[in-house]
Amino acid sequence: MNANPSGWRPATPEAVTRDGASAPTFTGNRALMLEEGLIFEIGSLNNCGVDLPTPSAETSTRLGGMSRSTPPALPGLSEPETVRHYTRLSRQNYAIDLGLFPLGSCTMKHNPRLNEKVARMPGFADLHPLQPMNTVQGALGVIDELAHWLVTLTAMHSVAMSPKAGAHGELCGVLCIRAALEARGDPREVMLVPSSAHGTNPATAAFAGYNVEAIPAGDDGRIDFEALKARLGPDVAGLMITNPNTCGLFERDMIAICEAVHAAGGYVYCDGANFNAIVGRVRPGDLGIDAMHINLHKTFSTPHGGGGPGSGPVVLSEALAPYAPLPYVTKAKDGSFELVEEGDEGAGESFGRMAAFHGQMGMFTRALAYILSHGADGLAQVSGDAVLNANYVLRALEDVLEAPFAHAGPCMHEALFSDAGFAKGFSTLDVAKGLIDEGFHPMTVYFPLVVHGAMLIEPTESESKAALDQFIGALRSVAERAKAGDESLHLAPLHAPRARLDETAAARNPKLAWSEPAD
Amino acid sequence: MRYLPLTPADRADMLSAIGASSIEALFADVPSAALLDGPIESLPNHASEMAVERHMARLSGQNLAAGEAPFFLGAGAYRHHVPASVDHLIQRGEFLTAYTPYQPEIAQGTLQMLFEFQTQVARLYGCDIANASMYDGSTAAWEAVAMARRITKRGKALLSPGLHPHYAGNIKTMAKFTGDQIVHEAPNLTPDAGEVGLIAQIDGETSCVLVQYPDILGRLPDLARIAEATHAQGALLVAVVTEPVALGAIRSPGELGADIVVGEGQSIGVGLQFGGPYLGLFGCRSEHVRHMPGRLCGETVDASGKRGFVLTLSTREQHIRREKATSNICTNSGLCALAFSIHMTLLGGTGLAALAAENHRLACLAADKLAEVPGVKVLNDSFFNEFCIVLPTDARVLVRDLALEGVLAGVSLGRLYPGEDGLANGLLVAVTETTSEDDIDALVTAIREKLA
Repeated sequence: MNANPSGWRPATPEAVTRDGASAPTFTGNRALMLEEGLIFEIGSLNNCGVDLPTPSAETSTRLGGMSRSTPPALPGLSEPETVRHYTRLSRQNYAIDLGLFPLGSCTMKHNPRLNEKVARMPGFADLHPLQPMNTVQGALGVIDELAHWLVTLTAMHSVAMSPKAGAHGELCGVLCIRAALEARGDPREVMLVPSSAHGTNPATAAFAGYNVEAIPAGDDGRIDFEALKARLGPDVAGLMITNPNTCGLFERDMIAICEAVHAAGGYVYCDGANFNAIVGRVRPGDLGIDAMHINLHKTFSTPHGGGGPGSGPVVLSEALAPYAPLPYVTKAKDGSFELVEEGDEGAGESFGRMAAFHGQMGMFTRALAYILSHGADGLAQVSGDAVLNANYVLRALEDVLEAPFAHAGPCMHEALFSDAGFAKGFSTLDVAKGLIDEGFHPMTVYFPLVVHGAMLIEPTESESKAALDQFIGALRSVAERAKAGDESLHLAPLHAPRARLDETAAARNPKLAWSEPAD
Repeated sequence: MRYLPLTPADRADMLSAIGASSIEALFADVPSAALLDGPIESLPNHASEMAVERHMARLSGQNLAAGEAPFFLGAGAYRHHVPASVDHLIQRGEFLTAYTPYQPEIAQGTLQMLFEFQTQVARLYGCDIANASMYDGSTAAWEAVAMARRITKRGKALLSPGLHPHYAGNIKTMAKFTGDQIVHEAPNLTPDAGEVGLIAQIDGETSCVLVQYPDILGRLPDLARIAEATHAQGALLVAVVTEPVALGAIRSPGELGADIVVGEGQSIGVGLQFGGPYLGLFGCRSEHVRHMPGRLCGETVDASGKRGFVLTLSTREQHIRREKATSNICTNSGLCALAFSIHMTLLGGTGLAALAAENHRLACLAADKLAEVPGVKVLNDSFFNEFCIVLPTDARVLVRDLALEGVLAGVSLGRLYPGEDGLANGLLVAVTETTSEDDIDALVTAIREKLA
């Protein structure tokens, strides 16, 4: 039987132009781009998406007179509403899973899903930090094995595993330096930090009680070694240096720099944020450093999660190792693992505890799975491909964007450009927002501070040549618009969930929590 | 190598395009003495997904997971049921693989979530505002001490004896380097939380008083009374909450007069994870916002007038202020904050209250049954879901022995306070909704048999 005897078919609309694309919709939604209210607007104080026993009114409590009379004013949603709320929110985010995420110094590489799977194994995820040692040998074994490979990859003496992120690791390293100096009766006041350093470096040094002095960058984007040598002296505790540095360059004089700092009685802290450029090819210990944090959430692929959690183990030289924080894992003669805590033999000169428990176990399992997946050959290929990709971007764009330092030679894992040549009134910010409309997350902008309108691009090894070619085409197009003074660029992004946001208003009159509308 | 998309042909094309002879040539700036001429020694070459999974599963199998045994550990980390949808949602790639929301136009998902999270934490704590998270409860507690110094311009922090010793340890570590004076003693095994002794130590030099609520022994200190005495000396009261589920049953620290409330958020959404990653929560009064550490998300509008969210007040932070920042924190616990926020949204206030009531009911049951065991004394008059029992023997040894029999009996005070002989017989017992009545009976029987 013919279900459609007239043979009717929907006609392709004749010449319906896309002029209607900007017309408002009833809901404010745009097909797959769905607006979503706050849980305080869509939820109710009596809703609950979890089945729980109904509390019995008669039950007596032993809350010492502290019982609350009404539940906290927190809205609840049923499970389907909850899933939909957060799924809708997730779609307003850019992510490495969606495309190239070239944030310089952030190492946004692929996050393997095997790592997620192993971190959720019940023997790791469902383990209490204070269980007796005889019930957590496998977990202590993970910490010990990861520690072993971190020490091996860096040619250092030992590693402190408990720091919870990069900046926490910096603090750990600088506190080790301070403890070592105080132990030898030579407390010093000054920490030297290159002007191109991450903001966490001076913040950490100041927190640890040091006066921070900046060492300028030379014309080639590297630390001014002569200025450094001139400043070294008996009041200098050490140098915090990033290598490869934030201009994407290897500090050629690194060995001599470490020797000079040591000769003056100081220590060298290396910011390891850029370790991805050299992993498997260069061991920082061979350069002479005393401490370096390793961002497991950069080089070793643990997910950034929209702002953490990170993990920042710190590798240490023999001179600093005795002062490392508690607790730490050791291997007994019988092959079993122990956790050295306060009061235990071996806790002796440690500067103490810097977190409640043993560090970011959930990141350790992921990082170990990553290291074993890549192996020695794979890690060398990681740094090789990361550096190759950055150089490919650098050379493909240096005719349209000014590359202030790398014109004379290769960069490491990130390509740095300045805003030189943009039309009057056009800035790096405009280029960044233009890239959003092209479907890319922007690069790091206005950092490092030593370059005007800096654009720092770190493609990582996770990108294919085709993805790089598309990104290069997009950035070239946007840069040409900035140079030509294309006014429409000031309106970018036009196709994102939001247009440019008023950050000044947000700071002037901070609204940091939802409140019931006044009317 | 499954994670690397470049093919040998791509690499050759790209090297040719940039005019380099080899990848090795790109490392010309590295001093030759430090450039390896072969692979890292002793590390095997790449391994298949199956091989790595097998290795990790073997290590996982060498542990006794909490879910495999009657389980009673707490002391700052609590085992609660996390709904399946929480872990599903945090694994959405758009959350999991996003960076800190520096480009707000394409990070509204994370930013709106953080705004909701901040509001949830503020309401739970009874504070005006909360930040976007810290590393864990202990680092948040230190940041509160540093913040109180900035506000009061005084350098002496008084820590209550009931503060978790690892939190106190972290604070003492930091203070060694900043010059803050820290006053702290181990707790006494008494039913009351020692408010009188604490209040007697507050003076005009005190910047802040840190009080854990419920405290390390599970007791419920009278925060309102301590707040009054603290404020009378011009100091700030910092309340520390290591078990946020308790706030479904007991009054919030903010309404009892705390100026800053910090704590651990792990109980809600995050899971045990052998100690990390966890979630530091940080709330305070609005008037102190510019002294706060960490990231803050705020509401604003976009160029077309639509509501949106941004990171704000960053002039407090290291990337702007460098050595003058309020804290060096950068990366925090974003994904754990998401897990907390989703779980809290599923619960809502009424669900949290019901969850808290169930925890308290089971804890009361366990306390009553343990009190009947000859030789066991329940210390607490008041508690939420964790209490202290005093045994006639070293609790650390008992815990180790019971673990061999497949019972995870609790956290011994000997583990928390090494060298404090007067506390060695104390055992902390935590009971949550995941504890069955059979588990309680198994614990009671095991202890009874050990002490017989």
